[in-house]
Amino acid sequence: MITKPVKQLLLSIVGPENYDDSKVECLVYSYDATPGYQAMPDAVIKPGCTAEVSDIVKVCSEYKIPIVPRGSGTNLSGGTCPMEGGLVLLFNRMNSLLEIDEENLTATVQPGLITLDLISAVEAKGLFYPPDPSSMKISTIGGNINENSGGLRGLKYGVTRDYVIGLEVVLPNGDIIHTGGKLAKDVAGYDLTKLMVGSEGTLGIVTEAILKLIPTPETTKTMLALYQDLDAAAQSVAKIISNKIIPVTLEFLDRPTLVVVEDFAKIGLPTDVEAVLLIEQDGPLEVVERDMKRMADICLEEKAVSVEIAETEADAAALKTARRTALSALARLKPTTILEDATVPRSEIAKMVRAINEIASKHDVNICTFGHAGDGNLHPTCITDARDHDEMERVELAFADIFAAAIDLGGTITGEHGVGAMKAPYLEWKLKKEGVAAMTAIKQAFDPNNIMNPGKIFAKESRKRVVVSS
Amino acid sequence: MTTVKEREAIASEFAEKMNEDELLNCMRCGFCLPHCPTYIESGLKESYSPRGRIALMKAVTDGLIEPDEDVERSLSLCLGCRACEPVCPSGVKYGHLLEEARDIIHQNKDHSFPVKTIRKAVFSGLFPHQERMQNMTSLLGFYQRSGLQYIARKTGVLSMLPDHLATMEKVLPKVPTKSEMKKRPTDLPSIGPVLKKVAFFSGCLMDTMFLETNKATLKLLQLAGCEIVIPKSQACCGALHGHSGEKEGAKRLAKRNIEAFEADEVDYIITNAGGCGAFLIDYDHLLQDEPTWHERAIAFTNKLKDISEILVDLRFHEKTRLKLPAQTVTFQDSCHLRNVMNTSIAPRILLQAIEGIDFREMKDADRCCGSAGIYNIVESEMSMKILDTKMAHTKSTQADIVVTANPGCLLQMQLGIEREKMGDCTKAVHIADLLVEAAAL
Repeated sequence: MITKPVKQLLLSIVGPENYDDSKVECLVYSYDATPGYQAMPDAVIKPGCTAEVSDIVKVCSEYKIPIVPRGSGTNLSGGTCPMEGGLVLLFNRMNSLLEIDEENLTATVQPGLITLDLISAVEAKGLFYPPDPSSMKISTIGGNINENSGGLRGLKYGVTRDYVIGLEVVLPNGDIIHTGGKLAKDVAGYDLTKLMVGSEGTLGIVTEAILKLIPTPETTKTMLALYQDLDAAAQSVAKIISNKIIPVTLEFLDRPTLVVVEDFAKIGLPTDVEAVLLIEQDGPLEVVERDMKRMADICLEEKAVSVEIAETEADAAALKTARRTALSALARLKPTTILEDATVPRSEIAKMVRAINEIASKHDVNICTFGHAGDGNLHPTCITDARDHDEMERVELAFADIFAAAIDLGGTITGEHGVGAMKAPYLEWKLKKEGVAAMTAIKQAFDPNNIMNPGKIFAKESRKRVVVSS
Repeated sequence: MTTVKEREAIASEFAEKMNEDELLNCMRCGFCLPHCPTYIESGLKESYSPRGRIALMKAVTDGLIEPDEDVERSLSLCLGCRACEPVCPSGVKYGHLLEEARDIIHQNKDHSFPVKTIRKAVFSGLFPHQERMQNMTSLLGFYQRSGLQYIARKTGVLSMLPDHLATMEKVLPKVPTKSEMKKRPTDLPSIGPVLKKVAFFSGCLMDTMFLETNKATLKLLQLAGCEIVIPKSQACCGALHGHSGEKEGAKRLAKRNIEAFEADEVDYIITNAGGCGAFLIDYDHLLQDEPTWHERAIAFTNKLKDISEILVDLRFHEKTRLKLPAQTVTFQDSCHLRNVMNTSIAPRILLQAIEGIDFREMKDADRCCGSAGIYNIVESEMSMKILDTKMAHTKSTQADIVVTANPGCLLQMQLGIEREKMGDCTKAVHIADLLVEAAAL
């Protein structure tokens, strides 16, 4: 609850035009892209600089008001849903690209900057920022940092964490700290930079970031391998990696996903095959050509029906754009689309795909699968209807089984979307009691009043583990 | 102000009438956000985005919030450009949701007397009656020709109007005389062999204020090999009604048009105004609850085609030599033509076929110009913001001519040119007028 005097304090920090507690404004910030999560904040606030963020946090700390930092709300773990009310903190006014340093190959940005705007700006200078979450046209860098977002290029280049080298953070007591810097090497104490990335807004508020850039690869080529057999596609992934080729992108889409994506994108994707792999390699021309040829051969050996290389850059871009829409396009099938983020070691992809299909039929639910097969990060997506309570129960059971299967294969409950509210009950399955205890101790040290994005990562109760035989 | 009683009535109708499946189809991915002009121009305000508006409609439907002024504000600030629809991977029919919501709100509000009078005059008194449209236009003609305009401009009375309206007065086209408007043929032969028989949707504004453009369109059709009928009993398309929460009025007009166009056996029904076209092509949705009409509406919409599409189909640009003095041309998409009728390539093909012109694409040509029916009058602040961005993009192409495909866009672009004082070097024209000029007809 924000009392009148507290509201006055907040207004004096940001001014009336940057504070809104109307019903409409609270409602439109009561959700993110995660189905099933909605909760009203008490107000929405838009600070204009780090000092204002610090002042806001001090007020919230004193009056124990929850703060939820929010980018564009595209996350899929309930990470920015204000579960316990309080303030939703927006970065619309802190969205500048402060600097591209071509000598040190870094970019310094404010959290509200749209990911694609950063990518376009650095590419214009012949540089490359690899993290490319599917939502990059809308998502903000701050959101990417908080959720440690991945993307299609994750297999070769890693995720957001691998490119954040320095941060300015407002801690839950209002202190402003700087971690890392424009440094290739820095081992001064604990690595707070890496700790903050992916902390889902539970440890502090990122107000500025220094990102590492790399030179743009010389060439990029994209191909599509088609399969009549799901297993064969999954086997190809394992075999490509075991042949010591690391492509930029190695994406998997099953038939139902292909059908809806084609229905939306209309780029001529095949809809009569069981699965496709979208493969991309970049680097020096000779290397790219050699790798593409070897990967094409491997796919054909593994019974791909055909392998086609995109002829033009526009064709390649269309394929990748289409893939990025997969999740939303699946919403065409039924009103509710619940996407999961189970991840296994790359060698276990085929087993995991099989397990997902068995689990779906066991619980009689409709699950489509697509995802970053190359890095073991799959997105089994359930197509359902939230109004059908009976089915929703089965969906929940199926997802529990899927997490269990992933963990049994040496995997994890989330590869890139974060734990948020959605997967908090499962965190213990991955970390065990001791692991959760270590993490809560960190949370307690940073945020003793539990005002920073409360209700996320740590659940009140863990789910009971069901042992699945797969 | 909305009274408690009005709010209750609105809320209960939302619960009853809003399409729940469609509301649920929005999975809040946010892919629409970077395409929404009001979201962008408002400094990324979620309540002025499609995702936010759908969330509000759903929250009212679910009884989570009341339909208060802020909800209404959010919905009324939407341009209805529907740029969010083609980019929505889930395929949410946002335009239909918006229309329904606006209809519910307006039908349950007891408008103030002046608002009520104006709405009644416009929606029932003026637009549905072509005769009155002609009278209204000839009044404007009288103003322009009688010397009144000269006096008004000289004496500065116009400065009493808000800025953009005073500017609007300057850019209104020189309208035809009443007798010209009345001399509308009903049948026109094809020039050369008959390839298609078409019916022409003449529109209400297009057939009065923009009569010249209609004439140009007919000439182009004849030259492309079309035999043309112009059904006399046709009416206004109803778009203005539909977008302003007057669904019943829109339905009446739709039925009149369907009947009028059923009279002749034709291959296509041709439009030359993106805004009308988009509303006409949605007649099947508008009449979905009336089974007998629904069938007829589908037959009607299946025949609908924009002028640029049929010209390209009949290879007009290949068969006719199109030539203009050397100049730079850019195209401003009509939102409805692009986002609803799915026409964006055909006009570009036609323009690029004209010898002598250098076609330059402007940045975000597909973003709304801010005209949006009467939006530029009722929501002038947002409209002018959107227009300013549009003019900046136009300027950077250094175009001599901005081509449009809808009367609203045409006027708005002329307004933009006037506001930016670019009138000496840039003009806005409708694509049909430019093609007629290029074909030296």
